[in-house]
Amino acid sequence: MHKEATIREPLVLGHKTFHQVTEDVCKPIEGKAPKTWYVLFAIAAIIGVYGVGCILYLLGTGIGTWGLNKTINWAWDITNFVWWVGIGHAGTLISAVLLLFRQKWRMAINRSAEAMTIFAVFMAGLFPLIHMGRIWVAYWVMPLPNQFGSLWPNFNSPLLWDVFAISTYLSVSLVFWYIGLIPDFATIRDRAKKPVAKKIYGMLSFGWSGRAKQWSRFEMVSLILAGLATPLVFSVHSIVSFDFATSVIPGWHTTIFPPYFVAGAVFSGFAMVQTLMLVMRKAYNLEAYIHTKHIEYMNIVIMSTGSIVGIAYITELFVSWYSGVEYEAYAFINRATGPYWWAYWAMMTCNVVSPQLMWFKKLRTSLTFTFLIAIVVNIGMWFERFVIIGTTLHRDYLPSSWSMFYPTHVDIGIFVGTIGLFFVFFLLFTRYFPVLALNEVKTILKSSGQSFKDGDAKTPAFSIEEQHLADVKMKPASKTNTAGNSVEETPALDPSLIAMVGTLGVTNAEHKDNLKELTGLGDATEKKLNEIGIYTFAQLAKIDPTADLGLLTAYLGAAGNQANLLVWKTEAEEKLKNDNK
Amino acid sequence: MGSNVVFYAMYNDDDVLKDGAKKLVAKGVKVADVFSPFPIHGLDPIIGLKETRLGIMAFIYGLTGLVLALIGMRYMMVTDWPMNIGGKPNFSFLENMLAFVPITFELTVLFAAHAMAITYFLVNKTIPGMPAENPDPRTTDDRFVMELRLSDNSKFSEKELEEMLMETGIVELDQKHIK
Repeated sequence: MHKEATIREPLVLGHKTFHQVTEDVCKPIEGKAPKTWYVLFAIAAIIGVYGVGCILYLLGTGIGTWGLNKTINWAWDITNFVWWVGIGHAGTLISAVLLLFRQKWRMAINRSAEAMTIFAVFMAGLFPLIHMGRIWVAYWVMPLPNQFGSLWPNFNSPLLWDVFAISTYLSVSLVFWYIGLIPDFATIRDRAKKPVAKKIYGMLSFGWSGRAKQWSRFEMVSLILAGLATPLVFSVHSIVSFDFATSVIPGWHTTIFPPYFVAGAVFSGFAMVQTLMLVMRKAYNLEAYIHTKHIEYMNIVIMSTGSIVGIAYITELFVSWYSGVEYEAYAFINRATGPYWWAYWAMMTCNVVSPQLMWFKKLRTSLTFTFLIAIVVNIGMWFERFVIIGTTLHRDYLPSSWSMFYPTHVDIGIFVGTIGLFFVFFLLFTRYFPVLALNEVKTILKSSGQSFKDGDAKTPAFSIEEQHLADVKMKPASKTNTAGNSVEETPALDPSLIAMVGTLGVTNAEHKDNLKELTGLGDATEKKLNEIGIYTFAQLAKIDPTADLGLLTAYLGAAGNQANLLVWKTEAEEKLKNDNK
Repeated sequence: MGSNVVFYAMYNDDDVLKDGAKKLVAKGVKVADVFSPFPIHGLDPIIGLKETRLGIMAFIYGLTGLVLALIGMRYMMVTDWPMNIGGKPNFSFLENMLAFVPITFELTVLFAAHAMAITYFLVNKTIPGMPAENPDPRTTDDRFVMELRLSDNSKFSEKELEEMLMETGIVELDQKHIK
């Protein structure tokens, strides 16, 4: 079993039991949505609908409605595409790469980060599709037999690689996410009271029963999918960077692009995760699961990937000079000092300087500061893509064709619209889906839960109050039988049992309480308890539920099973409390 | 009567269940199944579950995707319609191969992941519309149920099994007669 040092901060705060984890995650789904949710959903939906309107207008009228021209043939469209794909990298990185590295803190955030990934990739995929102009022939990118003398797509083109990479990434992430969701849907299904909800979650959970064999397969499938998704996530953004790197445009034609893009993707993805998590943990009262430590870990990822991105920027700059290629050098001088200098320096400040502040522990554990930096990084990464795409293209080889890019309202509408649509999806997700990987969080409760760390309980799941309610239910006939039989036997007394009784405090028969007042404690059992020196409620209340119970169960037989003993202990405690009052 | 009795012993802790299963198996009892809200690590060897072969299947599916991608691209780009891209050699598969690597990789992953997921759903019998088979709704929340069948444990009587179960720290015991 997984063991963790007790000095590490617990990953789940607040002495949670298994049931509490279920409650905490399922409550927001089962209850009514707060007013804020409706307000946010309405705003996001209005923006999203506006975006869809802009897309329809674009498709009906043509790409000319964008601010593109002959020189700048890619601008906001591909900037948005790369920005969204980049954001879409954090989810799989968290759930796959961190799973392979056995990082337990991922469990609090992987579900919603993966959801974020999927929605972000939806938004990303939209841009190349509408950029095709004639979306109704989008199927031409597929290698289908056709009437043009069997003309196939060009498999040597990175743009086609993109088609395969993005669609594989989207579908595999979706499957990975859904396989993890199934057991949690089963939990909601089994709790659901309304028949419609039960039916829907029953369908969604695919009839999951939680058999040992199912879990064994579940773990294997998760591991293999993680193993497959890890190189996949690196391949996707590498291929996106090939869109630029394999061209012969100064400023794009660099071999540093794949690692630099992947680091940038992880960087922007984590920034978006932070933005969403900081709000979600508050709105859904998940502070015990996603607490400062998680935020800090993510900030460290942001800091390190931000540093990689920074090194990449500087290397790129250095190589443009060192290569001796004047076109290359000009492209970079133009980025920093040309008409788009503000975009370049916005990118440098947001992506290189701001993550360096995370070296200060005070700052990276501050939630407000983290939120601020996350927004800044999101903005900075959008500018990075704009700098790479827009400012590289706007000055062609021929000064006569130099030009500037001015976004039209359709450009802006579609970009803002995708943000709206993204939040529509994400809000629906938080409303109807378990936002925390229930089954995964429960597995770390014993190794990383606060109860374990404090050392005051071996098993946080073992709630005595619950035990109190759950009496062992059996067929009536067998109950009397087993109870009767076991009490009649008198085995030799175990010396450790006597020693244990000694620790409970010594009393004599004169101060005897009527132990029969306790539920299920019969005449015979009382006699047996008295024989070993247990006379009072005080003694029973002192029983240690972990170590001593076993001894007593062994002594008393079936009548003294753990369930009964715990009931007696709780009742004895209550009686003592009442006496003191 | 007798052979068609099923015991559902409920625990509220995974470790107690695991210890219980260990004790029972040591006595020669066969545990039919365990229902739990999350995977119990180390339980499979105790109750005699073999390791799943899904990994081998995934490898085979991945290999299928890899071979299909290579054969497909070879046919389309080299045999059927060699494309002239800046005069680069378009007649040789090997010299074109490097450009095929990304898509070959993607298709390998695509096939391995999806075919494995489909296999997983089929062997698990988790398909939309399937009825859930967990004996108690709480087993997806915080309860762990061990299923014992009398027919698997013919050397014990009903009462013996019951007594053995009672000693393993259960919180509830349910008996069902099945046909």
